[in-house]
Amino acid sequence: MSLVQAGLVAVLFSVGTFLVLHRSLTRIILGIGLLGNGVNLLILTAGSRPGDAPILGTGSDPTDPVPQALVLTAIVIGLAVVAFLLSMAYRSWTIDGNDVVEDDLSDRRIAAEPDVAQDFGDET
Amino acid sequence: MLLLLLAYGTTAAVCLVGHRRLGAAAFPLATLPHLATLVWLVSVAGGVLDGTPVTAELAWVDALDLSITLRLDGFGLLMGLLVAGIGALVSVFSVGYFSADHDRARIAGLLTAFAGAMLGLVWSDGLLTLFVFWELTSVASFLLIGTDDRSATARAAALRALLVTGTGGLSLLAGLILLGIASGEWTISGVLAADPTGGLVSAALVLVLFGTATKSAQVPFQFWLPGAMAAPTPVSAYLHSATMVKAGIVVVARLAPVFADDAPWRPIIVVCGVASILLGGVRSLRQQDAKLALAHGTVSQLGLIMVLVGLGTPATTFAGVAVLLAHALFKASWFLSVGAVDHVTGTRDLRRLHGVRRLPVLAATIVLAAASMAAIPPTLGFVTKEGALEALLEGGAGWTGTLALVGVVAGSVLTVAYTIRLAVGVLGNDTDGSHANELHTPGPALLVPPALLAAAGLVAGLAAAPVGGFLARVAASLDPAAGDSALYLWHGLTPALGLSALVLAGGFGLWWISRPATREAAAPRSASTVAYDRAYEALLSGSRRITGSTQSGSLPLYLGIVLLSIAAATGAALAVDRGLLDVSSFPIANSPLEVAICLVTALSSLGVILARQRFGAALALGGSGYLLALVFLLQGAPDLAVTQFLVETVTVAVYVLVLARLPQRFSSAPAWAPLGVRIALSVVVGLSVAGFALHASTAREAPSVAEEYLRRSEPEAGGRNVVNVILVDFRGFDTLGEITVLAIAGAGVVNLVAAARREQRRKHLDDGTDVEDLSGRSPGVWR
Repeated sequence: MSLVQAGLVAVLFSVGTFLVLHRSLTRIILGIGLLGNGVNLLILTAGSRPGDAPILGTGSDPTDPVPQALVLTAIVIGLAVVAFLLSMAYRSWTIDGNDVVEDDLSDRRIAAEPDVAQDFGDET
Repeated sequence: MLLLLLAYGTTAAVCLVGHRRLGAAAFPLATLPHLATLVWLVSVAGGVLDGTPVTAELAWVDALDLSITLRLDGFGLLMGLLVAGIGALVSVFSVGYFSADHDRARIAGLLTAFAGAMLGLVWSDGLLTLFVFWELTSVASFLLIGTDDRSATARAAALRALLVTGTGGLSLLAGLILLGIASGEWTISGVLAADPTGGLVSAALVLVLFGTATKSAQVPFQFWLPGAMAAPTPVSAYLHSATMVKAGIVVVARLAPVFADDAPWRPIIVVCGVASILLGGVRSLRQQDAKLALAHGTVSQLGLIMVLVGLGTPATTFAGVAVLLAHALFKASWFLSVGAVDHVTGTRDLRRLHGVRRLPVLAATIVLAAASMAAIPPTLGFVTKEGALEALLEGGAGWTGTLALVGVVAGSVLTVAYTIRLAVGVLGNDTDGSHANELHTPGPALLVPPALLAAAGLVAGLAAAPVGGFLARVAASLDPAAGDSALYLWHGLTPALGLSALVLAGGFGLWWISRPATREAAAPRSASTVAYDRAYEALLSGSRRITGSTQSGSLPLYLGIVLLSIAAATGAALAVDRGLLDVSSFPIANSPLEVAICLVTALSSLGVILARQRFGAALALGGSGYLLALVFLLQGAPDLAVTQFLVETVTVAVYVLVLARLPQRFSSAPAWAPLGVRIALSVVVGLSVAGFALHASTAREAPSVAEEYLRRSEPEAGGRNVVNVILVDFRGFDTLGEITVLAIAGAGVVNLVAAARREQRRKHLDDGTDVEDLSGRSPGVWR
């Protein structure tokens, strides 16, 4: 694995993380897409050294096919995940009129008034 | 033995499952396992008392070497007789006590389940078996105290009892495990035979004593027992005076002969026990509810038995067993009588009870039970109390023995006083006219069980010699040296007799003096109840505060914390152990072309952030993905590159399709943290992942399976593209799973979009917009 490849992994993960930490659902999905790409690159480059394609009879120095098989699966699954998330964002937009990830309401209530008896547990 | 326990379990299950239909038949049904147990116990009694215990073992979890180990010795026989005998009488009593308003089958089922668990507890030999049955009795007690589940008081009392005894149960478990580790034996008999010593054992004993103190309602954990009186009276009579609260005593009695000389044992038991004796007695004097007065008296009596068996000398062990029997008889009789009084008059308030003395059988029962409780000759209570004083006068336990003697004498004075007060309170008033309570005539089911128990106390007192002989053989199973003890109704003018007379006189005097003060006194809440309530409140509000401060409800914040933790763990490992990552050992790049492509890919990725519009962001993402395909190609992965190209194309298409329906710009929601913080967090995550990747690329320990795949690809699968062969042949089922995931996601997408469309259409209908406007667009996801 070269330092440049590692650098690209770092950029993909940084950008992906930054996007995932947004409140906008579409940005989060973009971030997940980038994180997925980053993971794929990481597995491939950390798991094998560069070489000829692992196709018999085409090169003298074939590279490791196992990470490639893994990553190929991951790419396709990544597509499925992104498509599903996008349609959820679409649905959320048709219901709420926005695509913002809201704070959890009951959590906020506890944070605001920790001493007030909640609708669970306390009987007094 | 196991069959009997199974019978209890089955009966309980029948009652609980069929409780709608069973109704009044439940209690008669519940007496059956008790009777079977009694018959069996009597049939084996001879052999057991001669010193050959009956054992049974059932493998439970073989792999963990866990088994249900039971062992019936003399003490187990006595406890079994009490549990089954009083259980049968309580069942009979319940027939008369409970009306159709109660869920009789549920109560009967739980009582039966409890009885089974209690028998298991007193017969347990395995340390863990003991713990399991111990907890089962706590759970049954919790359910039974909360029988009246519409009453907040009953629910709170049930919860309190469960929390206190449950905490004690955990402590007991820890203590038992330590004992097991210290001795290498996992049965009580084995531990006693091994007689381990050392610091571990002392710690174990403290933990065990904590557990037994909670269960047997010893100071400072006595407060749950009066609260438990929220249970129906037959339940209180059975669980909270005769049997369950003796569980702690059972454990102490078994361990005491061997471990009493261990440093912490006697001081803890005697101090807590004497405190219980005195506190229970004083509090009992101040109660106006007859049942509560009895409950506080039970705390006092339990303290007495605890002190006796806990001292662990042969004489006190024997006396403890004897007092245990006497107490079970007279206290159960008392409770059932009070239950009958309550049933007949509708009140248990000592200030309002009138005319009970006109019911001859009930009145005689109460007098007998009171005589036994106050240790008036010739009852069993007197005989055993004399035995206890005798044993304590004998000494042999150092200063703790002296303290115990003083405590027991003072406690006995209190006992006499509160017994007289109770008996006078229940029977004393017979003002006729308007004050008289309306009396129902109690049926035989309400009268016979308490009368039998009270009569047994009298007969056993008169027949002190044979009963003493029986109890001596019972005590011998705990401590062989106790085998030649005996009980006497009259053994001459001894110091013990003098003390007894002194106690009776003192008790009578105390009652007489305290009469005015206790007539209207309202009992204050005990300090430990207050402490418990405070601790419980603090626990609830504390956990709410912790939840409030950690659970802000913000998803990005949670995610940020998770990611930062991962990055910090990885980064810290890489930073601390320099050997993990030597940056200079890696090439800067594999080729100049790689540098250029990676640079452009990185810039394109940054573009995703910088884009202000959704389309721009989607295009930047697509660009980054296409360029990544080139990186794959350079690495020697043409299959990946092709797939990445195709997938990226589809992804961008889906983005565009969906984004076309969303507003152009990103919605502006308030950020959860300043921009600088978010950037710093992202960079830290990215760098630590890159560091991890670099380390991972050098961390291979075994040769790759690649050689194998390369070698076998052509001859076995007939394919030259090894990646392809792996996916469709060697790992074909993985690919099948992958396709399934894809199909499910596709179905999800179609449904979500279709649902969203339906909703939009309805919205348009509500707005009065033309439907055609929407349906003009073609149906389906992909248009």
